[in-house]
Amino acid sequence: MPRGAGTGLSGGALADGSAVLVVLTRLNRILRIDPTNRVAVVEPGVVNARLSAAAAPLGLHYAPDPSSQTACTIGGNVAENAGGPHCLKYGVTANHVLALEVVLADGRLVELGSPGGEPWGPDLVGLFVGSEGNFGIATRIAVRLHPLPRAVRTLLADFASLRSAGEGVSAVIASGIVPAALEMMDQSCINAVEDSVYAAGYPRDAAAVLLVELDGGAEAAVAAEATTVAELLLTHGARSIRTASDAAERERLWQGRKKAFGAMGRLSRDLVVQDAVVPRSALPDVLETIGRIAATYQLTVSNVFHAGDGNLHPNISFDGAVPGLKARVDAASTEIMEACIAVGGTITGEHGVGLDKLRYMPLIFDGDSLAAMRAVRRVWDPDERVNPGKVVPVHACREWAGWGPRATGPGSAGQTRPGTADPGAMPRGSGDRMAV
Amino acid sequence: MSLLERVRALLGDDAVEIAGGPDAVPRVAPASPDAVALLLGTAREEGWRVRLEGAGTWLPADAPADLALTTRRLDRVPAIEPQDLSATAEAGIGCDLLRQQLADRGTWLALDPPGLAGRTLGSVVATATAGPLRQGFGAVRDHVLGVTFVTGDGRLVHSGGRVVKNVAGYDLTKLEAGGFGAFGVIVLVHLRLRALPRADQTFVLAGTREDLTQVAEDIVAAGLQPAALELMSPALARREGWALAVRLAGSAALVASQEAGLRGASGGRFTALRADEAHGFWMRAAESVATRPVTFRIGGLPDSSDELLDLLQHQVGDEWVSASPAVGAIRWAGDTTVDRLRRLRRTLAGLEVPLTLERAPWPMRSAVGHFGAYREGVGPLVASLRRTFDPGEAFVVAVEGSE
Repeated sequence: MPRGAGTGLSGGALADGSAVLVVLTRLNRILRIDPTNRVAVVEPGVVNARLSAAAAPLGLHYAPDPSSQTACTIGGNVAENAGGPHCLKYGVTANHVLALEVVLADGRLVELGSPGGEPWGPDLVGLFVGSEGNFGIATRIAVRLHPLPRAVRTLLADFASLRSAGEGVSAVIASGIVPAALEMMDQSCINAVEDSVYAAGYPRDAAAVLLVELDGGAEAAVAAEATTVAELLLTHGARSIRTASDAAERERLWQGRKKAFGAMGRLSRDLVVQDAVVPRSALPDVLETIGRIAATYQLTVSNVFHAGDGNLHPNISFDGAVPGLKARVDAASTEIMEACIAVGGTITGEHGVGLDKLRYMPLIFDGDSLAAMRAVRRVWDPDERVNPGKVVPVHACREWAGWGPRATGPGSAGQTRPGTADPGAMPRGSGDRMAV
Repeated sequence: MSLLERVRALLGDDAVEIAGGPDAVPRVAPASPDAVALLLGTAREEGWRVRLEGAGTWLPADAPADLALTTRRLDRVPAIEPQDLSATAEAGIGCDLLRQQLADRGTWLALDPPGLAGRTLGSVVATATAGPLRQGFGAVRDHVLGVTFVTGDGRLVHSGGRVVKNVAGYDLTKLEAGGFGAFGVIVLVHLRLRALPRADQTFVLAGTREDLTQVAEDIVAAGLQPAALELMSPALARREGWALAVRLAGSAALVASQEAGLRGASGGRFTALRADEAHGFWMRAAESVATRPVTFRIGGLPDSSDELLDLLQHQVGDEWVSASPAVGAIRWAGDTTVDRLRRLRRTLAGLEVPLTLERAPWPMRSAVGHFGAYREGVGPLVASLRRTFDPGEAFVVAVEGSE
């Protein structure tokens, strides 16, 4: 199984006893940065932040910025289709990968895509990104770079309730202004950060803060948009708005956000970092639901997340040594996922399915859709040897394969094909949602 | 039981739109995704060959088949969510109707595909035909949050979802966007929207291609981020010379500052179009593409755009060309031969530039293929994906061509 820095948060890079780890951290060369075309070609082990640092002297940067960017690798980002705060405006990893060199499960090397990013045939680059290592190992990655913004404004708005903060998010999104980032932290998270070495001066008495960044090519436009956003947030219940006056203050505001997961390490010895997405208008309701779930299970849940994308990270702090607590954390996690699904959301926005979310897949995909995914996996890796046991709940698929024909109409003579006869053959699904 | 009797029994009389068109292929218009699944499940059992159609205004409806499946009755828009900037629409809705419904709710799908205004959403997604707005808002795939599609043997498959970030499961949506229907027929699309721009301005400058190429480079170098930056041949732009069209869209403040930047970068040479002129300008350009028998797109690195335009001019002519030089995308329309297309594709392949045949009469499509030859080792993957999603080879799609 392939592995980069191992910073993934869904267990995608965890191996069971029978797997051989292919660790890619020594493939760490930045092969080319082409400033004219704003393209970089890198090996998979290049650390995300290192690419932006290397591109900065040329006035460019690599936009996807997961919070682990000082450690995580571009190869891992490709496998997970990683996001980050600035993906609100600039898009996730998938929007930035132009071409890939991939080693398939049988050792063959294939080139996918083209240097300019136009698919060469079907969009196999798009299909590969986010496949969590199941389709092969990317050994060379061409990515798009963006010009460094010439103007930036970073605002911190604080709110007396989570609901009003959530409503502020919706108001900004609906205004047509696209912030570079729009992040939320709740009180529990604020206090964890303020208690840590990453203290950013967030107001401890706030129920929530929004960190909003606007950027662009012209000072006047960014300043005008920042004014509009500030007005919108004040109208929607912000108690105060602080604007970073210089680069150092901006850095400090961001450090608190980016190191929030680390700061939560202070709360207790174990932490479950959750990841789910809801429609943005559902944020206020879902945040309240999460609060209720935390109270029901008597757990500490801290929220720090990409509010502009509706991408939640409810984090549960607990002590795994306490008998019975893990089961409560598990039950609460499941309820949180179910709440997000109930409002039309999904079970992961950027951390991937890995092992952690495997059990939730049948909650959002029916049998045929899961079977289709598994069949596609077998196109790339017929024996399912690369990163086995991830993404699609395989044991469930095998059961489905034996369920026989699905009626296709009057006089149907639907046949069951064994799922193993053709590497591309799709195991039959039940057509129904089912729990594993 | 004849094919028609079988279809009528399955889907009802009103699902059969034309009992026999000019080429005597019955056209079937299922009214729901489930009906599409039922039809294709039966097609698989019966060994029927199926061609896919939308409004019939883009790809010629001329592929030899036992029946034509049109998505025309799949024209509902189940959800438009202005607060979330997302929408869900069935594949057979016309882009013009969809655009109107979205605008009524203050939202915008930032796609301006070539072709007539009534082209279906499904056609645009399945062929991944983006227009000039690809400069500011990306390829078709960047606007699609998820799809529901039906495989060649009648299975309904859901991929992605309706939220703006989603990594649950493999991204089969990417396979469907630009798959030309070879991997299933798209029946439902979840879309990423933008707020309707508060300001939307188009500026045009006519001149020589060489001069305009330099101006386009200056605009990019000045850090401007236009919604469209399109270099168009005289016939397409309906101008004496080549035209460089710049579209600025967004908040009033953003557009005002970009306009000032544009003046600075170009010495104030652009002419601003009135709103109605701008609408007509972009619409005529999109429609003109569909008046030519053949359309293809190529995608290279931005700094190769000029060289690629030279190559097109030399090998197939450049009367109807539209290019986004800053993203390296070029669309060509016109008339040509199978041999010329093949030669051009080979030349481009040597430059690592793929040519995707978007539109052509069936004899040319089947000879040249939408994609032609793949890079080494990719062919078996594509073939296996096709077997996966269309095990009975029901879909008549000229993917590779016959070379």
